[in-house]
Amino acid sequence: MSWLPGANLQVVRERARIYRQIRSFFNTRGCLEVDTPVLMPTTNTDTQITSIEVPDGRDFNYLQTSPEFAMKRLLAAGSGSIFQICHAFRQGESGRLHNPEFSLLEWYRVGYDYQQLMHEMELLMTTLSLRRCSFSRITYKQLFRQSLGLDIDAIGLSQLREECTRQVPDMDSTRLDLDQCLDLLLGVAIAPTMRGYQFVYDYPVSQAALARVKADDPSVAERFELFFDGVELANGFSELIDASQQRRRFEQDNALRAERGLPQHAIDERLLEALESGLEDCAGVALGLDRLLMVLLDLDSIDRVLTFRD
Amino acid sequence: MASYSTNEFRSGLKIMLDGDPCSIIENEFVKPGKGQAFNRVKIRNLKTGRVLDKTFKSGESVDGADVVDSEMQFLYNDSEFWHFMDPVSYEQQAADVNAVGDAHQWLKAQDLCEVTLYNGSPIGVTPPNFVELEIADTDPGLKGDTAQGGTKPATLETGAVVKVPLFLEIGEQVRVDTRSGEYMSRVKK
Repeated sequence: MSWLPGANLQVVRERARIYRQIRSFFNTRGCLEVDTPVLMPTTNTDTQITSIEVPDGRDFNYLQTSPEFAMKRLLAAGSGSIFQICHAFRQGESGRLHNPEFSLLEWYRVGYDYQQLMHEMELLMTTLSLRRCSFSRITYKQLFRQSLGLDIDAIGLSQLREECTRQVPDMDSTRLDLDQCLDLLLGVAIAPTMRGYQFVYDYPVSQAALARVKADDPSVAERFELFFDGVELANGFSELIDASQQRRRFEQDNALRAERGLPQHAIDERLLEALESGLEDCAGVALGLDRLLMVLLDLDSIDRVLTFRD
Repeated sequence: MASYSTNEFRSGLKIMLDGDPCSIIENEFVKPGKGQAFNRVKIRNLKTGRVLDKTFKSGESVDGADVVDSEMQFLYNDSEFWHFMDPVSYEQQAADVNAVGDAHQWLKAQDLCEVTLYNGSPIGVTPPNFVELEIADTDPGLKGDTAQGGTKPATLETGAVVKVPLFLEIGEQVRVDTRSGEYMSRVKK
């Protein structure tokens, strides 16, 4: 045990540099910096994300797993395009690329769709890395076809489980559901083979999260992720703005939570009211700043970019 | 025995896997931001010493293994067993050749070793990191060759063979790193 920081001072200064550049990038592009609470009375229903509960004497509050809901309420209130640098919290996520508390840059662009947002993200990444970067784009389906020769539209769950067993023989895949199989294959078999900056987009609609379903292909959602050498850096959407559809997704999450024996969460009614009052078409993305620093400085563990991980 | 969830996995944790006690060497957490998490684990089977990989869906639980590392003094070996004693309770344990493994070549009476007990019986022995042993046999020393880098094999009193500098003689004491099997220094009496 040492009192010294895990990140050396070069890393501390590099973080300060990219924060300054992020602010300057968005200020010159007409995006407003905002600040939303970290502690809120409701939280994300996503079955794969566990919130940290904080007792405040009378009731429980939650450390936010992302600033998304609060930022969407600002957008619905007419803020125009906004960005935020903040901390987010996810219980139990700890490892070489994970810490329960981590730093995010999240921004929303009014009038953009996810393709336009990917373009702006390329500009930001090039600005931050101080050199020309090349980016490739591939759809989720193409990625599986190209990497594993799998047509995920054509094969059923049992074939997908067989592929999991082939790719990850030390895992019992017999009880994985469809999305769990896809997550395993992407995370363990495909990601380690990915090189450079790569956008993966058009995720299966079962993994839409808070993304809009694609108008001309209802099997996919307008969602993208940015990877660098297979490390997930960012996740973005053309945002779902339909309140009733959003309510259904929250209810489906809670039904799945009940099925899996996980605690159900009260739905964020204020977000739904905001969507009902009208949210313009917009696209938003969250970029993990700790991992971005790891990539920019070629460091292999999040320990090296966090000031303290006691 | 307690059971452990994957989020309690850390190196050194002892768990049961396919009926054998194992120790976690490395635990890698793999999780997409919006998807299922997995733990990819490197595990040593404490019975066979073999290292294997295993992937768990995060949130799964496994049984803990009743494995205790206890510091014990090596007493002697008969033709079949190596005998150890707990220096506090004086309780004795007999470890067979499978449990002792390669450690036997470093075991000298009175030395403190780490004995791994599974359900109360020894399944592994770890010698001290450094031992001081007498040279039982080696070629005659070369006088005046203290600075040059040449080495020769020497058989130590416990049977281990290590490379030592040319000037050392039978009967001298040497300090050896048991993890690498390398000679460290001469021990002056």
